[in-house]
Amino acid sequence: MGKVRVLVGTRKGAFILNSDEKREHWQVEGPHFPGWEVYHLKGSPANPDRIYVSQSTGWFGQLIQRSDDAGKTWTAVSNEFKYDGVPGTHQWYDGTPHPWDFKRVWHLEPSLTDPDTVYAGIEDAALFKSTDAGASWTELSGLREHTTGSTWAPGAGGLCLHTILLDPTDHNRIYTAISAAGAFRSDDAGKTWKPINKGLVSGHIPDPDAEVGHCVHRLAMHPSQPNVLFMQKHWDVMRSDNAGDTWHEVSGNLPTDFGFVVDVHAHEPNTVFVVPIKSDSEHFPIDGQLRVYRSKTGGNDWEALTNGLPQKDCYVNVLRDAMCVDSLESCGVYFGTTGGQVYVSANGGDSWQAIVHDLPAVLSVEVQTLS
Amino acid sequence: MIRVALPYHLQTLAMVGKEVSLEVAGQVTQRSVLNALEAAYPMLRGTIRDHSTQLRRPFLRFFALEQDLSFDSPDDPLPTEVARGFEPLLVVGAIVGG
Repeated sequence: MGKVRVLVGTRKGAFILNSDEKREHWQVEGPHFPGWEVYHLKGSPANPDRIYVSQSTGWFGQLIQRSDDAGKTWTAVSNEFKYDGVPGTHQWYDGTPHPWDFKRVWHLEPSLTDPDTVYAGIEDAALFKSTDAGASWTELSGLREHTTGSTWAPGAGGLCLHTILLDPTDHNRIYTAISAAGAFRSDDAGKTWKPINKGLVSGHIPDPDAEVGHCVHRLAMHPSQPNVLFMQKHWDVMRSDNAGDTWHEVSGNLPTDFGFVVDVHAHEPNTVFVVPIKSDSEHFPIDGQLRVYRSKTGGNDWEALTNGLPQKDCYVNVLRDAMCVDSLESCGVYFGTTGGQVYVSANGGDSWQAIVHDLPAVLSVEVQTLS
Repeated sequence: MIRVALPYHLQTLAMVGKEVSLEVAGQVTQRSVLNALEAAYPMLRGTIRDHSTQLRRPFLRFFALEQDLSFDSPDDPLPTEVARGFEPLLVVGAIVGG
């Protein structure tokens, strides 16, 4: 009988939510690291007891914690993220050059095969890698040193590398996304990178279809179709069928195509989930109705999923790392809100229930499917 | 022994009480005390001063004997009462809401 472990990062600590495969009754553990911002925590696919955590505050900076026993105990590992060489400058909000400066780790992506290998996406945008379970970190500087790097500018949330996708069929292929630079792909395990933003159109930059400068909010991939990518951009839901070489819009009949999250059903590679948010000026659902939208056709045709979700007076947001899916036979879909709710659907989105109602603002949600 | 008082979150991180006692070799300065603190409690590296610049993190202050020592040179000798262990060096986090 399967079970799930949901890892929730919040503004005031981390929580671990456990259930069996029915996903009806939940045990809530936490807060871990109470009072600290936990931007992200994620378990190793190669060893589910191994969990990496990004923990930070404005006072004490960044910490990385590691558990080898599924969150029972934690060890602080290296928190030293030193840019390779002399990092130079990127663009600041006003267009002036601004020195690259480490602020925090937004996202941790453990290797698919080696529990001691983990990638970290940081602000100001760069990609780091550890091959010793977090004891040390090395920048994969080919990304930041791309010829366009000096032109990258932050979005409102900072110049953050927030998405890392590892191709399960090609260990040399890595995708990243940066707000507000765009999406990038490496085909040589992170040594060199190319922008993959053809087809994106962004009204907030002088050249709407520029090579870089797009505020990509999230990328998603199904492991059986690693060349098919889905993107929630600042505005627009996009799809690529050629590993990001070109994109086309699949917003279709969505009531708004602004949002942060996008994810793919565990067993149906063309079933995609987004949570439309009213606009970039109003970060909450339209008309106070919290609705997940599902496309079973890989985009364009979307249906609203409302059963069990609040349909009035709901003005929360769902942040970019706060949606995930499990791989149980009946795919579970999860998302967390800035209002402190974590919702689960145990039937691929048909109906929803709140696992918890009153956590601190949720920053990230990941799930581990356990046997 | 030099006494250092830590803010709550660093106490929990280092799994210690409000104060720690440290052996400090040579002259007792902010730098030598923090070096000794980080050697004894490696998990505190980067939380009080920046890894690279070794500068105090902006939302922290160093107090002792009702004086703010935050802007003294890290290589200035600390007050005798601190160096002799009669008074602690206080590492204090800024007050903030939220």
